[in-house]
Amino acid sequence: MTLITRRNLIVIGAGGLVAGCDTLSRSPSAQSVLGSAEPVHRVLQRTLGGRDALAREFRPDQMSPFFRTNGSRNPGTPEYGALLAGNFADWRLTVGGLVARPLSLSLPQLRAMPQRAQITRHDCVEGWSAIGKWQGPQLSRLLDLAGLRDAARYIVFHCADRMGNGSFYYESIDLVDALHPQTILAWAMNGKPLTVGHGAPVRLRVERQLGYKHAKYVSRIEAVASLSGIGGGKGGYWEDVNGYEWYAGI
Amino acid sequence: MDHSADPAPAQALPPPYSVYRHRLATRLWHWLNALSVFVMLGSGLMIFNAHPRLYWGQYGANFDHAWLELPRFPGWATIPSYYSLSAARAWHLFFALLLAFGLLAYMIASLANRHFQRDLRIRARDLAPRHLWADLKAHLALRFHDPADPAAYNLFQKIAYAGVVFVLLPLLILSGLALSPGMDAAWPWLTDIFFGRQSARSVHFIAMALIALFVVVHLALVLLAGPLDTVRSMVTGWWRVPPEEGA
Repeated sequence: MTLITRRNLIVIGAGGLVAGCDTLSRSPSAQSVLGSAEPVHRVLQRTLGGRDALAREFRPDQMSPFFRTNGSRNPGTPEYGALLAGNFADWRLTVGGLVARPLSLSLPQLRAMPQRAQITRHDCVEGWSAIGKWQGPQLSRLLDLAGLRDAARYIVFHCADRMGNGSFYYESIDLVDALHPQTILAWAMNGKPLTVGHGAPVRLRVERQLGYKHAKYVSRIEAVASLSGIGGGKGGYWEDVNGYEWYAGI
Repeated sequence: MDHSADPAPAQALPPPYSVYRHRLATRLWHWLNALSVFVMLGSGLMIFNAHPRLYWGQYGANFDHAWLELPRFPGWATIPSYYSLSAARAWHLFFALLLAFGLLAYMIASLANRHFQRDLRIRARDLAPRHLWADLKAHLALRFHDPADPAAYNLFQKIAYAGVVFVLLPLLILSGLALSPGMDAAWPWLTDIFFGRQSARSVHFIAMALIALFVVVHLALVLLAGPLDTVRSMVTGWWRVPPEEGA
């Protein structure tokens, strides 16, 4: 009898723990306690490796034979369709917000800037990885041209793909990653212009973070002092909608 | 309870008597780990569910060869029980810090209080075939304690505990760190020791399965050895020596 009671206790206990985890997963205060680990990881990683640590770059023979797409595979809006039909001749990338000289750049202008090409590993938050070659100007060069104001703390990327809740995709990074040498605005992948599935005409590469930070279909770059005025205030679409980490280095 | 606090030499007392078996650092770490491992297993299985395929090498995605592809783990095995990769990651990345820094603190404390040297050291003569065979027979007959020194761990306990503390947990922590793109930039050797990030993810999963196996065997042996006595000893530190095993 006692053994059965004890076993029942164990079963009830384990079931209670699982149910408790569900309740806590939905509770805002528990979420903020669990979320306190995110800045700890960010500070630990940047302390252990230095802010300028480079993501590994691979040889051409180490590339994935097929690089899958994920997230938005086509913005599908009439505006994007028109730009695509014109081979992005009318497309412009604007750089604004807390900058001295707002920019409006065409695709040929981006291609004429000094380029960086890198073969890197793309890690999706879901767990898979793919290795590909990316090319484009460094974000730091654009920000230098525009002249970041002292108050600027974050760089926000506004995108052309409309998401499930009706808003356009957006992401943000801080200046440590924005000014990092491997952070580029890629217009080419594996030696060819980006396909629609991979974010044509331009996507962000921020190599020390997970895939959802690598915003596709970037159309506007904005320097801001705080993320509180962007979307729901957490700095990115998935951060606001689903509670994913803003610092996705882990 | 009164005899539990008695610091008199245990051997001087007739069985049943109690011995101080688990130091405070061991007990604190045990219960912190019980919670962390529970959360890490459940949230890890949920994270696995987001892409239930495993690969060897640097890269691996849907069009690459997977050496293992599993159906999704059911809700009773995951944290949370409903599908949420982001919630599982929040649990996993919080408790990862407790698990890793808890292990580090426990290792430092157990070197300082000589728990490792005293209780977990495996001597060459313990591994002699004759000795090993005798220990195995005793173990299978559920005689877990040396009558001459009942509080000492038997050989299989030592191997299991040392394997978890010095091999499995460090392997889980390092392979988990190797999954982080930020850590891979900070410490490039992390992916090298596993021959790639997707290999590290496979190692992480295998080490998880071995930890789960350890937990199952550990709990089964707790039940066989007397759950009340063993759990009480891990709470108070004092273990009541079973009468038939005392000197």
